[in-house]
Order: sequence, then C-alpha cells, then structure tokens
Amino acid sequence: MSKIFEVPLYPYQRSADQDAATPVRHKVVVVGAGPVGLALAIDLAMQDVPVVVVDENDKVSWGSRAICFAKRPLEILDRLGCGDPMVDKGVIWNLGKVYFDERQVFGFNLLPEQGHKRPAFINLQQYYFEQYLVDRVRALQAEGKPIELRGGNKVLDVSQDGTGAELTIGTPDGPYRIAADWVVACDGAASPVRTLLGLDFTGRVFEDNFLIADVVMEAKFPTERWFWFDPPFNRGQSALLHKQPDNVWRIDFQLGWDIDRAEELKPENIDRRLKAMLGEEISYELEWSSIYTFQCRRMDRFHQGRVIFAGDAAHQVSPFGARGANSGLQDTDNLAWKLKLIIEGKSPVTLLDSYDAERIHGADENILNSSRSTDFITPKSEISRIFRDAVLDLSERYEATRPMVNSGRLSVPCTYDGSPLNGPDCMTLPARTRPGSPMVDAPVPGGWLLDLLGSRFHLITINEQAPDAFPVEGLDVKCLSLFTADDADGHLAQRYLGDAKSAVYLVRPDQHVAARWDHYDETAVKAALLTAIGR
Amino acid sequence: MTALTTKANIKAPDEFYAELLAVHEGLSKSESDALNARLILLLANHIGNRAVLSQALRAAALKD
Repeated sequence: MSKIFEVPLYPYQRSADQDAATPVRHKVVVVGAGPVGLALAIDLAMQDVPVVVVDENDKVSWGSRAICFAKRPLEILDRLGCGDPMVDKGVIWNLGKVYFDERQVFGFNLLPEQGHKRPAFINLQQYYFEQYLVDRVRALQAEGKPIELRGGNKVLDVSQDGTGAELTIGTPDGPYRIAADWVVACDGAASPVRTLLGLDFTGRVFEDNFLIADVVMEAKFPTERWFWFDPPFNRGQSALLHKQPDNVWRIDFQLGWDIDRAEELKPENIDRRLKAMLGEEISYELEWSSIYTFQCRRMDRFHQGRVIFAGDAAHQVSPFGARGANSGLQDTDNLAWKLKLIIEGKSPVTLLDSYDAERIHGADENILNSSRSTDFITPKSEISRIFRDAVLDLSERYEATRPMVNSGRLSVPCTYDGSPLNGPDCMTLPARTRPGSPMVDAPVPGGWLLDLLGSRFHLITINEQAPDAFPVEGLDVKCLSLFTADDADGHLAQRYLGDAKSAVYLVRPDQHVAARWDHYDETAVKAALLTAIGR
Repeated sequence: MTALTTKANIKAPDEFYAELLAVHEGLSKSESDALNARLILLLANHIGNRAVLSQALRAAALKD
C-alpha cells in the first residue's frame, strides 16, 4: 500500500494562463501549498478574495514533520471550517514525563482549563493536516469559491513594481508568467521567493543535529510525552517519544554536531538506537526518518512592496515547543483580513505595517522561547550544563525547580501589546482579554463563543445594550449580545468581566480584541474600529 | 519594594561558614560545582522575589 504522502493530491494540470498572450493578473498568488499557504488561501477564498496557490510539488508533506498543533491554531481551523477532521483524527494528550539519566524525574499533567471547545494540543501528522486542508479547498471549489491549486508549478523568478508582482513559473510544459496584485510567499524556511528577491534572513544557528524516526508499532506506552535528558541509550544527548494517530510514534534522538548523516540514517543504525531505547524485543516498521538541524532567525520585515512572507519563509524557530506550523497559522490568521480590506480599498496599504509589527512581535516571542528551550536541552557551556543538571537533580526530590525544566514551552498565542491597531482598554476588566489578546473561548448558550466570531468585526456586549449591527464606512459590524445570566459556570464572567458589571468588546476578524469598554459608547466604538483597520 | 539585604544577617557566621565548607568536604571539583548550583537554585527559590534575585545577581557579579 502506498503511503498517503506518496500519492499525488493535486497533480499538474495545464492552466489557461499558460496560453495567454500577456500574463494573466490575479488578486493574490500564494506560493507554497503547505499548512501555511493552504490555510491562507482558504481564509481568503472563504471571504471571496480570489486566490491562486502554486506549489512545485503535488503531494502532501513527505513524512509527519510538524506533529503538534496547539489550541489557538485549532480555533483558527474551526473558523476556516476544517477543525473537526483534525481534532477527530488527532491524538489528545495531557500527561508528560521527564527522565534524567536512568531515573524518572517527574511527571506532569497540563491540566487544561475547563470551558474551552478545543484541547490544549493534538498530535497529528502534517500529511493528514495538509490533506484535510486540501479537502477543504476542494469543498470550497465545489461551492464556487475563487480558489485554485496548481501543482507542478515552481516559481523561477519574481519581480515587482509599486502596484503588483510578476512571477515566472516553471511547469512540465515549460515556463509561463502570471501577474498578481499581491504575492504571499509561504514557501518554507528555504523560501525560493525570499532568495530570488535577495532578502536577508538572519539569526542564530544551533550546532546540533536531530534524528527523527517515525515508527509504526503496537506499543503499550500510554499517550504521554516522554522526554529524556542524558539517557543511557543516548549519552550526553536528549530523546523524545510522542504518539501520533495510527500507532505511529515520533522518536527524536539528539545527535550532536559532528556526525556522519548518511551513516546515522542507515536503517541498521536507526534500529540499533531504537532497540537500545525501547528494548531488543520491539517490532516496528520504520515509516519515515530524517535528520534535521535548525536555526532561530527571522526576516527584518515580513513584507517587501507587494510580496509578503508568512510561516517558515519569514521566521524559523527550533522545533522545541511546536512553534513552527503553529505560528505560521497565526500569521495567516493575522494577514488574511488585512489583505482583504486593502484589496477592497477599505484600508490603506499601510495596514500591512501592522502585520509586520504584530507578527514580528510573535516571531520574537517564539524565537526567545525556543532558544531558551534549546539552551536548556543542549547546554552551551560547562556552567550551563552544571545548572541544567542541578535543576533536574533537584526536580526529582522537590517541586521547587520543576517549572525550570524546559524541554519545550508549548506554543501559546501572543498578545499584540502595543499594536498600532489597539484601541482603548478598560482597566477594571481582566488582563487576559486586554486589547491585542486572542479571544478566550467560553461556553455560550447553544455552543462556544469562538464559533460565533471571526472573519468580520464583531461587537460583543455583556449585560449591555447595543444596536444589532452598524455600518461604518463600508464595514459591517455584527453585534452579539451575551448575558451572565446564561453563564452558569461563570467562565464568561471570569474571562471577560472580572469585577465589572458589564463590558463591550470590539473583536477583529482574526478573533483578537481590538478595544473594550465597560459600557457602550457609539462614538468610541466607531473610532476604535477605524484605528483597527489602520485608518 | 524589598531590597537585597547586604548587611550581615546570619547569626553565628563562623558556624555557617564551617557548615558550608563541611558539605563540600571530600567532594571532587565537579561534585562541588554541582552542589553549589543546587544550593543557589534552592536559595533562589526560597527568596522568590525577582527584584531581589536580580539585585543579588548583579551584586555577585560585582557590578553594583
């Protein structure tokens, strides 16, 4: 049986654009059909912004790659209409164990907060993730939404002027050219578009290699994340075991810097490592293996004229903490509505500066967190190893140092504090939902708060009156009235009111808070809305 | 705000100093380094106050 990632999912088909005398112009061309490119294209198409996705391949990702998807990206996927297949297929886990040398140092339970539709994380192979996104693209096409996916289309050249960009695209039938008002490069860490434009991508290189082995086995291990520091089977290094759907287990071996890649990837050497770790008696099938090294770096700016960068093309982090694909999805969440407003002429092009400001803030937070994890996992000096080992030794006996054990701080969305799009705050309301924050889910009558929001501006009133809807200069703001009388468990009040009696929240299309008050004031709301759209 | 105590604060300082050296007795350099690191982490957790810890780090680096 061929594996899911060996089957062409969007094979090359000749496009009418290839026979056009002059390059056909599109609103948006997305380069790259990975998780980030597909999510952006789906977001745009759902909002009737025509989009063409080009990718040099025609299959989902080779191997599992990104496997850990956090709560916020799942909420974004819900907004895009494809959260359910991901969560239905994914493995939900809450327990983790940390080992040092031969001993279990401690176990932890992430104890997810109650009152949310989605779990803190799921594990799901990237190939399933991409397949469900492609399924969603097909469903949108069936509805007549303006989205096209072109496999076997490799970007060979890119040029731009002040009003748009032009791409030269290689295909099995030879090259052709297309034009676009906007190009979004979601073409990965090695981004050909970034290279073609000669843009910098600077940061810190970590001198380390990791061997990933995805094995299929009937193992009796529980659904937990196990992390080893300096285990007997991988001395001086670390290792990770994590469960994926279909009895696929992700095993990561840290290898160090000075290794022979070809030698390490030989099945007999992988077999030797696996048996040292899991016991001589295990039987398994090796589904996929790979050696990776990584860098923590980002572009100085995430857009250059008419070319915008998202996901790994714009920023790259270490894998510890699952911040790669997760932050890429938050990029698209941030970008899609802004691009739509600019294309429709409702916002100035300078609204894109806020994409840079907000997502660079996110990238820096991710780079900081993942660099710290990397420094804990791979101490860079004798004294840093002494402290790392001291933390682990103490953690076996005392709770005191357990919070310092850092095998990856798992991805949480950032709050866009200080964003130019933020409006007024009301200091008596809870800090976690201040302007710039992603809306926190809560149960509401008939379902979940986040399912009622997104893809447009919303005005939420809690125990307060406002009109059902009001138009502001071409923008249609929808109002949503909530009452704490319906909030039996008190989640809504705790997350959105605090000690206040009532509240009014202006929420962006990406479900981030734009501004909030403790009462309704039409003039103030309208002013905050204009701020939030960059006018 | 609580400030780092830099005035003498330990009763019977000679006894404390002797006890500090005593736990290191017979240890190799790397065992002593490890013990010191554990001691710092335990004391830092006991203090807890981030401003005080930052003052102590600067003071220990002889930067104040």
